[in-house]
Amino acid sequence: MLEHTAPPGKAPLIPPLDTRHQVETPEGIDLPLRPAGLMVRAVAFSIDLGLRAVITGALFIVLAFLGKLGMGLGSLLLFAVSWWYMVLFEVLRQGQSPGKQWMGLRVVHDDGTPVGWSASLLRNLLRFVDLMPFGYFLGAISCLQHPTFKRLGDLAAGTLVIHIERPLTRPQLPEAEPRRSPIPLSLSEQRALLGFAERQAELSPARVNELAALLAQPLHISAPKAVGELNGIARGLLGPT
Amino acid sequence: MKQSLFENRHKAEWERFALALERLERGKDTSQVAAFPKAYRRLCQHLALAQERGYSSFLIDSLQQQVLRGHQQLYRHRSRLGANLLGFILAGFPRLVRQEWRFVLVAALLFFGSLVGFGVLVYVFPELVYNLIPADQVREMQGMYDPVAGHLGRSAERAASEDWVMFGYYIMHNIGIAFQTFASGLLAGLGSAFFLFYNGLMIGAVAGHLTEIGYGQTFWSFVIGHGAFELTAIALAGAAGLKLGWVLIAPGRLTRGEALRQAARQSVLLVCGVMLFLLIAAFIEAYWSSRTAVTPLTKYLVGAALWVAVATYLLFAGRIRHAPE
Repeated sequence: MLEHTAPPGKAPLIPPLDTRHQVETPEGIDLPLRPAGLMVRAVAFSIDLGLRAVITGALFIVLAFLGKLGMGLGSLLLFAVSWWYMVLFEVLRQGQSPGKQWMGLRVVHDDGTPVGWSASLLRNLLRFVDLMPFGYFLGAISCLQHPTFKRLGDLAAGTLVIHIERPLTRPQLPEAEPRRSPIPLSLSEQRALLGFAERQAELSPARVNELAALLAQPLHISAPKAVGELNGIARGLLGPT
Repeated sequence: MKQSLFENRHKAEWERFALALERLERGKDTSQVAAFPKAYRRLCQHLALAQERGYSSFLIDSLQQQVLRGHQQLYRHRSRLGANLLGFILAGFPRLVRQEWRFVLVAALLFFGSLVGFGVLVYVFPELVYNLIPADQVREMQGMYDPVAGHLGRSAERAASEDWVMFGYYIMHNIGIAFQTFASGLLAGLGSAFFLFYNGLMIGAVAGHLTEIGYGQTFWSFVIGHGAFELTAIALAGAAGLKLGWVLIAPGRLTRGEALRQAARQSVLLVCGVMLFLLIAAFIEAYWSSRTAVTPLTKYLVGAALWVAVATYLLFAGRIRHAPE
């Protein structure tokens, strides 16, 4: 779990254990972004590649009937699809090309704002270097060694590919008699207890008992009744509903 | 304050914010925008309070999601593309080119140096062309610029309707080359240097060879017009690429990543100007250079005028600041 209280003095922030990337907003809030890794991005790119192939194929069949006009139009469209497909989708559709949308990804600036024209153009022009010397070799290496999985184009453009946040559903807290904690709890302990109550439905009963038993001794409660007691404390923290 | 009380007290406000957010994200109906920043800052305060009081993960996470979406709406980079574009063409682009004159100079020397060098070399030693370019490509080139054929450009028989076809082809081909030349600059500038040198070599060899076998008139009168824009554009794209490469080698007082981001922001503007140049070049190439009704003399005069125009534009445009910018 992330420590949200300010560290004492000027101690540096402890980097989170997972791949979350913290952005501090002008309002003094830390927003966690979840950068997307190599595999999911590769799949999104393959989807886009397939889609582009289909579009180009369909266009050429249609334009073949138009003769000379079609040929000229065809080269213009081929140019547009090969160099502008990603840029147009990313800028006009909140950072999502169809492949990215399918995989639940989006492109944002480093500060978490939606990607703009110049950054999107840059990251997609520099794709040419990421593709070198064959099949995204440089891009993949850069992506794998970077803490927020940036390929070279992302590094230069200052962009980030992140997972879209899925809407949350309110978890049901188990029924229990609200009670006070026998000892004072720190903030992270409070959140841990609330987390235990909120996530109980996702855990097996054996695991729930095991976790609760760990806390029985420090909280001075009996191990068999620990689950109920902990739920009670969580209810107490939450307040009357 | 207990969490449930906190939630009950602010629930209505959060729901209103979510509605406003959805409207903004869809880009429709922006009547309530004025109240949005204030509502967003309130939400930020609620999130900070929730974190400080150790409320449950569900509440904090959902507030965080709302704040993130609000942040993206409030701080999005809006560009007034139309107004910016005019200012960029009138003053911004030539100013940028002058500001980056070192890279432009190096790129121009590489490109035009290899062009002229190999042109002269092939002119003096005619067999050399077969070492540089495959024989069937040389034959194809000869076919295109054969004075007897009476038509110009990429094919021997060229009707007016084909101008359009070639326009499309030139756009795709030339802008593609410019993009490559720029992007490969990220490889410490080596890629850009290579593409500048290589393209200069190819064009120079073809020019030297065609002049040497006596097709000079058709070739030079064809290329002089659009060359002003096309060749300059390739050199500028190379300059943008070299800039990327150079900051990786010598980032100065910044970290390499930060230096690269700053240089890239400038370079991409250069590339936008390059695209504009290539658009003009493709237009001239398809609709003016290929016309056979015009005498070569007129073409030379117009071509020279275009070169002067490009040089004047890059050297002098935007030196005086005007109010409407």
